[in-house]
Amino acid sequence: MLNQLTISQLAGQLARREVSSRQAMRDCLDQIQRVDGRLHAFLSFDAADALAQADRADQALAAAPSGRPLLGVPIAIKDVIAVQGQPLRCASKILGNFISPYSATVIDKLQAAGAVVFGRLNMDEFAMGSSTENSAFGPTSNPWDPGRIPGGSSGGSAAAVVADECLAALGSDTGGSIRQPAALCGCVGLKPTYGRVSRYGLVAFASSLDQIGPLAKDVRDAALLLHAISGADPRDSTSVPQAVPDYAAALNGDIKGLKIGLASQYMIGGLDPRVAAAVQAAVKQLEKLGAEIVEISLPHTEYAVAAYYIIATAEASANLARFDGVRYGARVDGADPIELYLKTRGAGFGPEVKRRIILGTYVLSSGYYDAYYLRAQKVRTLIRRDFLQAFAKVDAIATPTTPTAAFRAGEKSGDPLQMYLSDIFTISCNLAGICGLSLPCGFTSDPKLPIGLQLLGKPFGEETILRIAHAYEQSTDWHQQKPPLS
Amino acid sequence: MPSDFNIQYVAHLARLSLSPAEEQQFGAQLGGILGYIEKLKELDVTGIEPTAHAVPLVNVFRPDLAGPSLSNEEALRNAPAKSGGLFLVPKIVE
Repeated sequence: MLNQLTISQLAGQLARREVSSRQAMRDCLDQIQRVDGRLHAFLSFDAADALAQADRADQALAAAPSGRPLLGVPIAIKDVIAVQGQPLRCASKILGNFISPYSATVIDKLQAAGAVVFGRLNMDEFAMGSSTENSAFGPTSNPWDPGRIPGGSSGGSAAAVVADECLAALGSDTGGSIRQPAALCGCVGLKPTYGRVSRYGLVAFASSLDQIGPLAKDVRDAALLLHAISGADPRDSTSVPQAVPDYAAALNGDIKGLKIGLASQYMIGGLDPRVAAAVQAAVKQLEKLGAEIVEISLPHTEYAVAAYYIIATAEASANLARFDGVRYGARVDGADPIELYLKTRGAGFGPEVKRRIILGTYVLSSGYYDAYYLRAQKVRTLIRRDFLQAFAKVDAIATPTTPTAAFRAGEKSGDPLQMYLSDIFTISCNLAGICGLSLPCGFTSDPKLPIGLQLLGKPFGEETILRIAHAYEQSTDWHQQKPPLS
Repeated sequence: MPSDFNIQYVAHLARLSLSPAEEQQFGAQLGGILGYIEKLKELDVTGIEPTAHAVPLVNVFRPDLAGPSLSNEEALRNAPAKSGGLFLVPKIVE
């Protein structure tokens, strides 16, 4: 079954003409048919279009060696990234039957690399959430336990990758939305340094925090995808003109002498002892592989969640003003434009999006800007400074990705603050603009649920965290374990 | 929670109509969240510069040249109401 392969395995077999892209795509569609009724990772997909793309890839493969690293590889896309001619709804009712008139830069890049781009993956509405329970079209289940959440907001992306419904997927990460579901479903997820990847065609949630990144079955695949989507883009003025290294070439297994930091501030009260033990064992393993473990301090960690929920909601309240029922999406009519806006937005947005818009509007409102938004931006400076000081001493920082393994559906959905606090280990990375990845580092027993190790890297330090992750991965078999779906 | 947090006023600023049940539920939840956010007041931020973007890039310009863009038809394709090549909205001026 070609859907079970990694990108690098499939690309090798395709290049040698041992298998076809059509067969790989067919196997993914068959797997979706088999398991997605239970998982609901996909909001929609166009099988005929996917197979037509696969046929074109097969023709190109037959013609000549292409040098296109993803030629014929099926990659699925979170419903927040525009693909020309395909639906885009951000798992929200307010977008109605929106069809993207253009493609995001990352999609142009994936297609230039030869990928078969298919499907719309489920998510928390407008990427606001940590469980994919906030989708207007129903939740996604964790492939390891259907009664548990897959994480979020890229829960559909992580579940689809782990369930072999695609070879890999793209997600977006504003406060952990790639790394947290990757940890809870058991795959590799990478949030690039802010500015590494163009945001053109990504529906904006919090523009100073959002990045697109890969969710993949192993570290090498994450490196291949990151290489394909990175680079400065004239259509995103916040993308950074920094050379894109060959990330896969950095995976040489040698981490001798690399310094990895451990911060006491991440050993919090709510940390599940099984998660703590798995992460400690992973750190021991990194030490055995030659890394040097160094104590560091990130003293402002405890303020990150509060600063994040001011900055992210403030930016969201401005970004989501565009959904007003005038130019696109669903409309509820009113006697005048104001009434039209009120009714359209009241009917179109779900509860979590409304809560965040109200919070963001409040912290930006007259008289409160200095007390909330400006203060949060100053705290952001302190958090960024913590990391830059730590990175003067270490090459990477190791932490748990999440305080617990996947929680039960419904467990936190009534208590937004508890849901927010589940992002405590991933949020600082976005505020500081650094890079981070999560990879599998063990399982809880009874029930068996994945645990994630997070590696945080310097700005544009993706090569280093990928190298460390790869060395660790190659010395374990966590990434090869599959959920009991059949 | 700040005693002057008025959810009806803020929801109107945000152009969101809320049901009475939503007002009550969100009001209570946001009270808890605003209480938590007060935590930032513990920190002394005197003299600290705010960070708006983690990677500060300034003056990113491109040449001021016309390029290809969406056609009128493409731009209107997702419109909920349109007429004569324009977006249609309720009457704005009497």
